[in-house]
Amino acid sequence: MAEKILLRLTVNGEPRAVEVFPMARLVDVLREDLKLTGTKEGCGEGECGACTIRMDGRIVNSCLIPAIQAQGSVLLTVEGLATGEEPHALQSAFHHHNGAQCGFCTPGMLIAAEDLLRRCPNPDEAQIREGLSGNLCRCTGYVKIVDAVKAVAEGRPA
Amino acid sequence: MIGNSAIRKEGRAKVLGRSRYTDDKTFRCVLHGATVRSDVPHGILKAIRFGEGIPWKEFTIVTAQDIPGENIVAAIVPDQPFLVPVGGEIHHAEEPVLLLAHPDKYLLEKARRAISLDVEELPATLDVASSDRVFKEINILHGDVDSIWAQAAHVVEADYRTEAQEHLYIEPNGMLAIVAHGDHQDQVTVCGSLQCPYYVHKALVHLFNLPGDKVRIIQMDTGGAFGGKEDYPSLIAGHAALLAWKAGKPVKLIYDREEDMAATTKRHPSRTHVKAAFDANGLLLGLDVDFTLDAGAYATLSSVVLSRGAIHAGGVYRCPNTRIHARAMATNTPPSGAFRGFGAPQSLFALERHMDVCAAKLGLDPAELRRRNFLKLGDTTATGQLLKEDVDLAGLMDRTLADIGYTEKRKLFAAANETDTPIKRGVGFSVFMHGCGFTGSGESYLASVAGVEGLADGRVAVLAASTEIGQGKDTVFSQIAAQALKIPMDMVEVAQPDTKVVPDSGPTVASRSTMVVGHLVEDAAYAFKQALIQQGFLTEPYAPEVFREAVKRSHARLGSMKCYAQYHNPPHIVWDDKTYQGDAYPTFSWACYAAEVAVDTVTYEVKVEDFVANQEVGRVINPVLAAGQIEGGVAQGIGWALWENVEWKHGRMANNQMTNYIIPTSMDLPRIRVGFLENPHPAGPSGAKGLGELPMDGPAPATLNALQNALGPLRLDEVPMTPERLMDRMEVARG
Repeated sequence: MAEKILLRLTVNGEPRAVEVFPMARLVDVLREDLKLTGTKEGCGEGECGACTIRMDGRIVNSCLIPAIQAQGSVLLTVEGLATGEEPHALQSAFHHHNGAQCGFCTPGMLIAAEDLLRRCPNPDEAQIREGLSGNLCRCTGYVKIVDAVKAVAEGRPA
Repeated sequence: MIGNSAIRKEGRAKVLGRSRYTDDKTFRCVLHGATVRSDVPHGILKAIRFGEGIPWKEFTIVTAQDIPGENIVAAIVPDQPFLVPVGGEIHHAEEPVLLLAHPDKYLLEKARRAISLDVEELPATLDVASSDRVFKEINILHGDVDSIWAQAAHVVEADYRTEAQEHLYIEPNGMLAIVAHGDHQDQVTVCGSLQCPYYVHKALVHLFNLPGDKVRIIQMDTGGAFGGKEDYPSLIAGHAALLAWKAGKPVKLIYDREEDMAATTKRHPSRTHVKAAFDANGLLLGLDVDFTLDAGAYATLSSVVLSRGAIHAGGVYRCPNTRIHARAMATNTPPSGAFRGFGAPQSLFALERHMDVCAAKLGLDPAELRRRNFLKLGDTTATGQLLKEDVDLAGLMDRTLADIGYTEKRKLFAAANETDTPIKRGVGFSVFMHGCGFTGSGESYLASVAGVEGLADGRVAVLAASTEIGQGKDTVFSQIAAQALKIPMDMVEVAQPDTKVVPDSGPTVASRSTMVVGHLVEDAAYAFKQALIQQGFLTEPYAPEVFREAVKRSHARLGSMKCYAQYHNPPHIVWDDKTYQGDAYPTFSWACYAAEVAVDTVTYEVKVEDFVANQEVGRVINPVLAAGQIEGGVAQGIGWALWENVEWKHGRMANNQMTNYIIPTSMDLPRIRVGFLENPHPAGPSGAKGLGELPMDGPAPATLNALQNALGPLRLDEVPMTPERLMDRMEVARG
């Protein structure tokens, strides 16, 4: 087996360094080594989007990224969205619009929604649906999730 | 409080990423568990072989002979082992044979693959049509159906089938077990992703042969369930606990997606023959339904799934002569299990498709044929249940048809479909009901209990084993208790389901949590308030702060005060399990759903462009959460209708990946338009009825009825109607 490497990352604004195997999956590094369990694993093959995080300005499925590929990168996970105890506007909107039911897809969905609004600040419903189509939800039928994102885009999260 | 869209109680933790699901909890010394399974559907296990190159001494290994108690999952029928012993019979592929645990999950996976099973294969029954082993048979008889065929103006018969469906909760199954070895007896604790803590509790009591207080089951935050975490978690919890017991260390057994899809339960595939007779005016004279479910290799919950399916097979129509013959058959496929709707989506698919087929034969609009036959106040159902509620099915249907623009769209689409456009459009609908709570005598047999406890800080806690699985139970129970106690919701806490803390409120299934357990929560809250008053801590009327002080004082003086309420069958509800006659359910929820579809006749892709879901579910306790439940159920129903196809290969699921088992994304669905008609019913708290399963029943027939409208006469008899199946049928129709 390969030797461990020292992986340096900036996670949610903080510099972190961990010793991991180079081919360890980024989702495991986050959840097991950095104890950031907000990011979820739903399929392990990049289909469900539950493990979505932002890496150097782009959203990725963290189950498909080997640790070595993340060397030196800047990551955002669901834990980094809030400012202290103050939730991000998307988090408030998901809470108030019932955009989270079982909550398991929610962390990835929030990161994907944040990325969508960054790229496209005033999306229409079709653009929201396209922007979130890489994140599967089995509880909501997506209506309340779309409503939450729309509310934030229109400046009325709660 | 009731009727307000209170915000989801546990929602803040969920959006902040702070909820604790099973795999989020860990210990430094935890071992990872793995399950070795059969890869053949039927045979005798001759030997287990351990391959070369694995340090087997480092592993905890559990086989059937290690089991300290009974090697049988305690369920309705005790037929399923936790592990197949050497010399024992393997009844399905993916059946568990051996368990492994090790600190290193990568080495563990290597070891799992290094184990091989010597199996003497036996012939396997993989098609339900060739099965001759019956798990359960039900006959519902009303009138004399054979007497009316000759006198009927129209007799229409057809076959329908539905295939397996995977729950695909986004959180796979998982359990974390800790076993403390005591001087006299062990203490087994399992935390996990599950719907029914007391089902798991019962299974482990028998597995370890321990008294009830030595087994503790705790529900972690659960990432979706839909019936898929009703019975199978008993096996996973048993496996994790056996490994922890043998290793003397905590063991985490988390399924990956492929294992979860291949090994755990699915919706029962069904085969239905429907024969219906009408008089010259389109009045239903007779209905003969033959309904078969593929139960898979073990009995599990199939008898009760069959029961619900059979009772719903007659639908929402008045019919003087009905015969429903239903059976659940054994095959050598992994056992089928509970899935939202529980047999009703299967039988209602057949009936609601058949009503459209009959309407075409009779030359009537589908709405008109249904209107002439709807059940009304004072009518009786196939089980002889007298309808005592003023159900307005015609009103529900008319509102739905108006909402979707049925009449105008049928005209518009008929004209447009005549042109040479490759895109054909149609609109269709279904009308249906769903029985609330357990079937027949189920609720009186369960005799569920829920409680309310006073806390030291003056708040109260709801004590119930009902699990929050995304549906909003924590919020709704808080609303119910707050309303009864006249206090704000933030003065109500809902206890985590932990068998050491909460009473047995029965399983979180059968659209029963709000109506049945919620009613017990309401009764317990009233009893709690009464106790405070009788003991002189409180006088009415009071302000919330006065209540808080009263609870604090009672706690300081008497310690924690708990009041419980238990379910008692109302005397007017009578059911006979032998004849299948009587009140099948305390009440029903009623609905009409309509779909508009566009079919690409070149690629055979179907898009649902609009969907209206109107229902009468009694009083709606929380409109936003209720709508969320309906929207999610409709999405699963559309998925089942069009895309979600389990491919079987020699008794195993071949497409056990999210890549090739297709559930709807946000781009595949329209905005689902939900409406509620409120007709409060005394069976539930503040008049609420059940609604969790209802939305699974209607979308498949509505979608296929819309397809029929778009494409004309075509054999649309099966779900999922995948592009491949649609192509086959259109090519047959074209000759």
